[in-house]
Amino acid sequence: MTKKWDATSEHLLRELAPQVLGAVARRFRDFSSAEDAVQEAMIAAFTQWPQEGIPENPRGWLIQVACRRMTDRMRSEIARRERETAVSAETENFVPLPEIEADMDPDDTLILLFMCCHPALTPSSAIALTLRAVGGLTTAEIANAFLVPEATMAQRISRAKQTIKASGTPFRLPSPHERTERLPAVLHVLYLIFSEGYTSSIGSHLQRFDLAREAIRLTRNTKSLLPNNAEVAGLLALMLLTDARRAARTGPAEELIPLDKQDRTLWDRVEISEGIELLTAALSKAAVGLYQLQAAIAAVHDEAERAEDTDWPQILALYELLKQVSPSPMVTLNHAIAAAMVHGPAKGLALLRALDTDPRLADHYRLAAVRAHLLEKTGDYEAAIKHYQVAAARTTSIPERNYLMTQAARLAGN
Amino acid sequence: MKYILMMNTMKAGHGVPSWPKKDLQAHIAFMMGFNKELHERGELVSAEGLSFPDQAKLVHAGKDGRPVTDGVFPESKEFLAGFWIIDVDNPQRAYEIAAKASAAPGPGGVPLNMPIEVRQVMSGPPPDML
Amino acid sequence: MKYILLMSGTKAGVEGYHAWPKQDIEAHMAVLHRINQDLTDSGEFVATQGLAEPKEAKVVRGEKNGLPVTDGIFPESKEFLLGYWIVEVPNAERAYAIAGRISAASVNMPIEVRQFATHEAKSR
Repeated sequence: MTKKWDATSEHLLRELAPQVLGAVARRFRDFSSAEDAVQEAMIAAFTQWPQEGIPENPRGWLIQVACRRMTDRMRSEIARRERETAVSAETENFVPLPEIEADMDPDDTLILLFMCCHPALTPSSAIALTLRAVGGLTTAEIANAFLVPEATMAQRISRAKQTIKASGTPFRLPSPHERTERLPAVLHVLYLIFSEGYTSSIGSHLQRFDLAREAIRLTRNTKSLLPNNAEVAGLLALMLLTDARRAARTGPAEELIPLDKQDRTLWDRVEISEGIELLTAALSKAAVGLYQLQAAIAAVHDEAERAEDTDWPQILALYELLKQVSPSPMVTLNHAIAAAMVHGPAKGLALLRALDTDPRLADHYRLAAVRAHLLEKTGDYEAAIKHYQVAAARTTSIPERNYLMTQAARLAGN
Repeated sequence: MKYILMMNTMKAGHGVPSWPKKDLQAHIAFMMGFNKELHERGELVSAEGLSFPDQAKLVHAGKDGRPVTDGVFPESKEFLAGFWIIDVDNPQRAYEIAAKASAAPGPGGVPLNMPIEVRQVMSGPPPDML
Repeated sequence: MKYILLMSGTKAGVEGYHAWPKQDIEAHMAVLHRINQDLTDSGEFVATQGLAEPKEAKVVRGEKNGLPVTDGIFPESKEFLLGYWIVEVPNAERAYAIAGRISAASVNMPIEVRQFATHEAKSR
């Protein structure tokens, strides 16, 4: 008895992908080939189920199809090596499903996450592989999300798997010690997926896969697998608190609207409540980590009903903590903005001077943009215009460039 | 037939235009509307901007095969600022689209009439070209 | 980061290329094709296009009486875009290396390397 394909079916299918992959990879002891086979099964499901309905045991269906692909591939591999007589019992076409399903481990998704976010991989490879193997996205969807051809994305994923194979990583959960060491890499990949999705959610005529929502989904799943981990909860909170502002970030002409000018009635209060709840629980658990701190800052912003109600002293204190936990030029920049809001723009400008000699940031558009913003607040319009223009010339983001040019023009008109 | 419509800027070190705010906004809105219309008509393949030319590099291979990046651009060089790739039925439509882009409003709302170079794009590697 | 690699030439340069022996032209095409394949294999390839002859080029400057104002006269010295590659790479150095390879395959003609602007906002 099949179920009709509807609006929720795609989500269901994707949720099954890592479970199926775990089962098949474990059975055949070959993560790389299993991942290809499962991808093929997913594409078959996306093609057939909308027409024929969802099978009664959708996961079993996917496992069967993937296993068939695996055995077909092994047979042709063996035939290719001209050892047809060496076909063993392991390559029989029929694989008893109950046997495979009994073997499944609820930790499989976690194993896959650690595998796909392997430290030997570049961030872009890890992102691509995680989206396919854990997210259940098709290669075409991932390619479209990153605006590259499908063949290119397929190769990135293929090479990522080769790197993992070469590393000899077995298909099992890393030890508790390894997990602690490697979890930051996993969280970083999830964060990058969110970040990519969030910055590209500027309305454009391109219909791109919603990576921000996908990152939230994957992080939720990770949290359910590691329910006591404060940093995972912190990351999820950060994503929700940021995503909550999505509708207010762009105006009717698709122009960027900065935080202090956003229409807060457009913020998603449900996401904000959930984010704050998660954060509160996480903060009470353990020493404060990077994502919890960033989430806390986002929470302070999101709690303010109007921009002028923002608790800047609290934000400043949080940035001071963040400077110790995870110093970076960007953190210094944001700290300077907060300091300016509390102690006045001259104080912020003084802090920026420290960054002029930092090679990582000296030519960066954001330094010029922040400087321009603070100079404007001091009333030095001429200097502010100059720095807005410098920032506009440096940024490689068209929406940012438009925004910065418009700020310069606004001041010039005064 | 695919065409590329190219917008050039004259010099390296080209700055950001300092137009009045409402003229700038009108220009940006015009460009967005222009792209949107092309997309809705199924004529837009892609619309891309390049970062400003002060970061441009001219590269050739050195003796040991490694890239040499200190090539100097001629003073009069036109730099590509951005381009559209369109898919249309005939060259006349390509010129029409280019004319519209060219007439984008500038300061005072006056059409800029920027020169837009129109070239046909080959569908595969051309047998007697690249 | 996405970069565009631009190959340009004058009309005279293009005519000179056309005058190459056929097998040299084919060999050149084959090397460029190989480069494209390698870029796909490495996961860096985004796009490549060849453009039609410069002698077909037109410039449009606005409209007059509802019609495009076009002309096809260019200075002899004008450099025309002949083709481009778009690649996605982790840093500028890799873009230069790819450009160097294309240049080496093409009588060492210089290749201009420019970073693409994105339609996305940087994250705030």
